[in-house]
Amino acid sequence: MRDTMLSVRNLSLDFHLRTHILHAVRDVSFDLRRGKTLCLVGESGSGKSVTARALMRIIDKPGRLVGGQILLDGPDGVVDIAALPERGREILALRGGRIGLVFQEPMSSLSPVHTVGSQIMEAIRQHRKLSKKDARVRAADLLRQVEIPDPERMLDRYTFEFSGGMRQRAMIAMALACDPDILIADEPTTALDVTTQAEILDLIRRLQQERGMAMLLITHDMGVVAETADDVAVMRYGRIVENGPVDRIFHAPTHPYTRQLLDATMKLERGAAGSPATALFEAKAVEPVISVRGLTKSYGSVGKIFGFGSGNGGALKAVDNVDFDLYPGESLGIVGESGSGKTTLGRLVLRITEPTSGRITYRTAEGREIDVTDLNKAELRAYHRDVRLIFQDPFASLNPRMTVRQIIADPLLVSGKMTDQQAGEKVAELLKMVGLDPLAMERYPHAFSGGQRQRIGIARALALEPRVIIADEATSALDVSIRSQILDLLLSIRQRLGLSFLFISHDISVVRYFCDRVVVMHKGHIVETGDAETICTDPSAPYTRRLISSVPNPDPRNKRMLHRMRASS
Amino acid sequence: MLADSRPLPSIDAGPAISPLKPGGSITSEAAAGQWTLIRHRFFRNKVAAFAGCVILLLYLVGAFAEFLAPGLPNASRPQYTFAPPQRISFFAPTAGGGHEFLPHVKGYRIEIEPQALRRTFVIDENKVIPIGFFVDGPAYRLWGMIPMKTHLLGPLDSREPMYLLGSDRLGRDLLSRLIYGTRISMSIGLVGVAISLTLGVVFGAISGFYGGWVDTVIQRIIEIVSAMPTIPLWLGLAAAIPLTWSPLSVYFVVTLIVSLLGWTGLAREVRGRFFALRGEDFVTAARLDGSRERRIIFRHILPSLTSHILAVVTLAVPTMIVAETSLSFLGVGLKPPVVSWGVLLQDAQNVRSVATAPWLLIWPSLAVVTAVLSFNFFGDGLRDAADPYES
Amino acid sequence: MLAYIIRRVLYMVPTLFGMSLIAFMIIQLPPGDYLTSLLSTMADGGQNLDEATIARLRSQYGLDQPVYVQYLVWITGILTRGDFGYSFEWNQPVSTLIWERMGSTLLISLASLFLVWAISLPIGIYSAVRRHSFGDHAFTFLGFIGLAVPNFILALTLMYVGYRFFGQSVGGIFSPQYADAPWSMAKFLDMLSHMWIPLIVIAMSGTAAMIRVLRANLSDELSRPYVVTARAKGLPEYKVILKYPVRIALNPFVSSIGWVLPDLVSGVTITAIVLNLPTAGPLLLRALVGQDMYLAGSFILLMGVLTLVGMLISDILLAVLDPRIRFN
Repeated sequence: MRDTMLSVRNLSLDFHLRTHILHAVRDVSFDLRRGKTLCLVGESGSGKSVTARALMRIIDKPGRLVGGQILLDGPDGVVDIAALPERGREILALRGGRIGLVFQEPMSSLSPVHTVGSQIMEAIRQHRKLSKKDARVRAADLLRQVEIPDPERMLDRYTFEFSGGMRQRAMIAMALACDPDILIADEPTTALDVTTQAEILDLIRRLQQERGMAMLLITHDMGVVAETADDVAVMRYGRIVENGPVDRIFHAPTHPYTRQLLDATMKLERGAAGSPATALFEAKAVEPVISVRGLTKSYGSVGKIFGFGSGNGGALKAVDNVDFDLYPGESLGIVGESGSGKTTLGRLVLRITEPTSGRITYRTAEGREIDVTDLNKAELRAYHRDVRLIFQDPFASLNPRMTVRQIIADPLLVSGKMTDQQAGEKVAELLKMVGLDPLAMERYPHAFSGGQRQRIGIARALALEPRVIIADEATSALDVSIRSQILDLLLSIRQRLGLSFLFISHDISVVRYFCDRVVVMHKGHIVETGDAETICTDPSAPYTRRLISSVPNPDPRNKRMLHRMRASS
Repeated sequence: MLADSRPLPSIDAGPAISPLKPGGSITSEAAAGQWTLIRHRFFRNKVAAFAGCVILLLYLVGAFAEFLAPGLPNASRPQYTFAPPQRISFFAPTAGGGHEFLPHVKGYRIEIEPQALRRTFVIDENKVIPIGFFVDGPAYRLWGMIPMKTHLLGPLDSREPMYLLGSDRLGRDLLSRLIYGTRISMSIGLVGVAISLTLGVVFGAISGFYGGWVDTVIQRIIEIVSAMPTIPLWLGLAAAIPLTWSPLSVYFVVTLIVSLLGWTGLAREVRGRFFALRGEDFVTAARLDGSRERRIIFRHILPSLTSHILAVVTLAVPTMIVAETSLSFLGVGLKPPVVSWGVLLQDAQNVRSVATAPWLLIWPSLAVVTAVLSFNFFGDGLRDAADPYES
Repeated sequence: MLAYIIRRVLYMVPTLFGMSLIAFMIIQLPPGDYLTSLLSTMADGGQNLDEATIARLRSQYGLDQPVYVQYLVWITGILTRGDFGYSFEWNQPVSTLIWERMGSTLLISLASLFLVWAISLPIGIYSAVRRHSFGDHAFTFLGFIGLAVPNFILALTLMYVGYRFFGQSVGGIFSPQYADAPWSMAKFLDMLSHMWIPLIVIAMSGTAAMIRVLRANLSDELSRPYVVTARAKGLPEYKVILKYPVRIALNPFVSSIGWVLPDLVSGVTITAIVLNLPTAGPLLLRALVGQDMYLAGSFILLMGVLTLVGMLISDILLAVLDPRIRFN
C-alpha cells in the first residue's frame, strides 16, 4: 500500500459569472496521506471549499473544472477523478464510498423531513448490499461510534430535534457509513460553540486515527490548524501560497501572507499591552459609569390562548439576575457561548429589549445618577447619545440606500446641533479617525468590504462623542487578519478618547486581547467575573475552566485541546 | 475599492478575474444610489423594458382615444352590420391600367347566403375608399372639453365606411370602440390599484401602529376575504348596483368592488415587508441614533419599501383589468353605452355570434391579453430589480 | 397531531362566521327585501294583498325584525335545520336547489385541482432542474400566457375553435341524446369529450401559477447544503433531486390548495356560465340578476366553506408531509 492516498496536481477551476470569469482555484497541488491530516487554511473567498468539493466532483453551477488531475490510489491502481465522466457510475461509487464529506452548516446539511436513521441507512445501502434491517443495525452502530447516546431511538428522530453538535455527529456518522479512505471536513466546527468544537474535533481525530483515514480539513482558524494538522497548505485568492509540515508553517513561515495570518492570530494570544490598573476599579476609587443590578429578562408563557397540551409554567429566562459594574475607561468583556444571554444583556442595557426586572444605573458626565429602566422616550434618546452600539453584522447594520456620509451624519443631524456642512466636516474627520479615505463618503455601503463597513459602523458610533460603547460581537463576522486590524483600531480609539467598552464576544482570545475585566456567562447567569488575564489563564469556576481549555491553541507544539476538561455531564 | 489589508509583497494582489468578453471591463457602481441600481437591473431585462413601452403606449391610446379613433364609439350604422375587417392598401389601379399611390380601403357589397337567406357583407374589390391621416370626421370633444373634429386616420369622405377591425351587430366600428374601451379598462386598473393601495396602506398602517388585537382582527378579515372565491363575491356585490345609476357612478362602484378584494394581497405584502424591515439592524441603528418613529419610517423604512410596493402594485393591475372585464362580460359590471373591453366581449358571448363575426372575440381578447401580459412582464421585471442589494 | 387538527378546526370558526356575515351582507345589499320583490311579482300577475296579509307575511319571514335578528334567524336555520331560506324565483327551498349544483362544482374543482398538480409537477421539476434551458423558457412563456388569458376568454376561444374546426357544440356536460339516458360507458365517454374544454380552461391559470411556484421553490431548495450531502453519499442525480429537494418543495405545493382552490372555484363559476355547465355558477348569476338573494347568498357562503375545507385539508396534508409542522 502506498502512503499517499490522493494527490492533486495543478487543479484549476473557473466560475463563469455574469460579468466576468472568476478563477477560483489556480494550479493547486497537494497530497493526502494515509492516517494524516492536511489542513487547507485560508480566509473567505480563498477557494478552499471549492477545492474540497472538486475532489468529489461536486461543484456548484457556474463552476467548471478547467485543468489538473486528482489522482486517487485504489485497489485497481490509480484513478484520475478529474477525468471521470461527470455523472458516471465510477464517480458515484467514489462519493460516500471512498471519500466522505462533512461540512459546515449543521442546521441545513441534513434533510429536515427525513429521519436521521433513514438518511444514514440510505448512505449505507447505496454502496453496500445490506437488507434494511442490517443497515439499521449498522446505522445504530455508527451513531454509537460518534457518541450519540441511545442510538436506537435517535435513528427515528428528525434533525430539528437534535442540537447543533448532535447534528454534526450524525453528519460524521453518515460520512463514515461506508468506511471511506478519505474524509473531507469543510469547516466542520465553524458554526459550533467552542466547547462543542473541541468535542467534535476530538471525535473526528480519534475516528480518523482508528480507521487510518486520510483527512482534508478546511478551516480559517489557525488554532484549529495547530491542534489537528500534520500538514498545512495556506490558500489565498485561489492559489496555495505555502505548504509544509505544521511545525514548520507555524514556527518558520516563509510567505508573507502566512506570517500575516499567524501574526493576526498570535497577537490575540499575547494580550494587549498597557491595560489600565484593574486594582483601581476594584478598590472603588472611581464610581462606575454603568451599574447593573438584578437584571432579568424572561420570555414566553404569560398566558396562552390556544394552549393545548402541557405548557410548561416556567418562562425561559434569557438573562437571570445579572449584576455588574462598568468603570470609566474600562473595557469589560462579556463572554459566553450561544444561548448564554450575552447579546440579550447588551440589548437590555440599551433598552432595545425591555428588561423584565432589575436596575440599570447610568452616571452622567455631570455625575448625576439616572435609572435607565425608568427613562421616557426623550430621556432614552439622550442616553443613547452617550451609550452607543457597534453591531455584529457589517452588512445588515448599514442602510444600503444611504451614502456613507448620510449614515454617519444621521445621528448628528437628528440631534439638531449641526448644520449639514458642519456634519460633513465631522464625517470627514471621523472617517479619517477610523482609517478610511474621507473622499469615500459619497459612496454607498455596497462599495465597501466587510472590514471597511465595520469601520463605517464604528465611525457612526463615535459621531456623537459617546462615553460608553457596547460592541456586540463586533469582530466575529470578519476574517482573522481584518479582525485584528479592527481590534487595534478600537483599542487606539479607546485610549485616545477614554471610552468605556462593554465588549460582547464568544471569542475568548479576542476578549483577552481587548478587555481589562471579563464576565463569563452561561445559561443567563454570570458564572465568574474577574481580571481578563486571570480568567483566561487560571479561571476558578468549573464552567470557565472547561470553556478556556476548549479554545484551540495556535501552537502545534502545545496542543491545549488534548488536555482539555471534558463536560462532567 | 479600497484595499482592506496592508499591501502584501505578493504576486497576488486580489482575486483573479478576467472579463467575459475581451475588452469588457467591470464597472464600478460605488456612488450609485438605489434607483440607479434598480434602473440598471431593470433594463437588463429586455422583455420587461419592452412590456413597459407597451403599457405606456396603451395609456397613450387611452389618453387620446377621441383623436386616435376614426369614429365615435356608439355611432351605429344599421346598413353595415357585421361588416368584416378591411385591409389598407397603398396603391390603387388607375383608369389607364397603371397604379397610383392612393392609400385606401375597399368597400362592401351585400351577399345573400343561399341556405340561411341571411345578408352578409363581403369586401368589394372594386370599390375604392381613399383614406388619409389627420382627416376631418365626426365632431368630438377631446377629454370632454376641447371641441375638435380631426382624427388621426379616417376615410377622406366621412360618410364612406371604414371598418379596419370590422363592425358589430349595430354596425359600430370595432376599432373606435376598442380604442375608447382602452381608456376605460386601463384606467380602471389604475384607479382600482390606487384605491387598493390606499386601503392596503391605511389598514396596514393601522394594523402595524396599534398592533395587538386590532392587528389580529385586520389580519383575520384579510384572511377571510382572500379565502372567498373572488368571482362569486364580485358578482354578488356588483349585482346589487341599482340599474338606475349613472354610468359614471357605476364605473366608480365597479372599480371599488374590484379593488375591495385586491387590497388584501397588497396589505399583507406591505405589512410583511414592513415588519421584516423593522427588525433589521440598520433600523435599530437609526433608533439608537436618536431618530423618532416618524423619521425611522419615512427615512429608513419607506425608501426600502417603495420599490417593492411599486412592483406589487404593478402586478395587481392586471387582476383589476381582468376583474372588470369578467364582470362586464357577465353583464353585472359596466353596461352600455359605456365602452370597455369587457362590454365589447359581451357581444361575443355565444358561439353563433362569434362564428359570424370572429373579430368581435379576437380583438378585444387580444387587447386584454396584451395588457395583462405586459403588466405581468413589467411587474416581474420590477420585482426582480426591486432589491438591488440582495445576494 | 390530533391537537393540531383540533386547533385548525377551531381556528376556522371565526373565519366561517366572517364568511356568513359577508354572505348575509350580500343578501341584504339590494334595495328592498324579499317581500317587496314578491309583492311586485304578484302585482304583475294581477294579485294584490291587503295590508294585514302583508304585515303577517312580514312578521312570518322575520322581515320586521332588526337586521341582526334576521341574521340570527337565517344562520340558526342553516345550522340547525339545513334551511338556507327560500328561493323566490324557483318557489322552492334553497336547500333543494343547491346541493346538486354544489356537488358538481366540487367535482369539477377537484378534477381541475388534480389536473393542475398532474401537469405542473413534472413541468415544474423540469423547469427548475434545467433552468434557462430552451424547454424552461418555452414553459415559462406558456405559463405567462396561461396567467394572462382570463378563463372566460379561453373558454370562448376554445368553444369557437371546437365549433369552427371540429363542428362540435361544446357546452353542457352531455350531448342532448345522453342528457336523460342512464349511466353507461358511452355516456361516460360523452361526458369526457365535453369535460376536456372546461377542465383545461379552469386548470390553465392555476397550472401556470403552480409551475412558477414549484420552479422558484425547487430552485431555492436545489442550492441547499443537504443536496450536496445527498450527492456526497453517491446517490445518482435523479435520486438526489427527487428524494430531497423535490420532496421538500412539495410542501408549498400541497399548501397551495389554500390559494389555488378559491381561484379554481372562481374559474369554475365563470367558465360554467360561459360553457353552460350545470354547476353553481349559472344558477348563481341568474339568482343575482333576478335578485333571488337567499339562493345567491347560500351559493356564496357554500363556495367560501368549500375553499375553507380545502384549506383545512391542505393544512392536515402538510402536517402529514412535514414533521417540522407536526412537532410544533
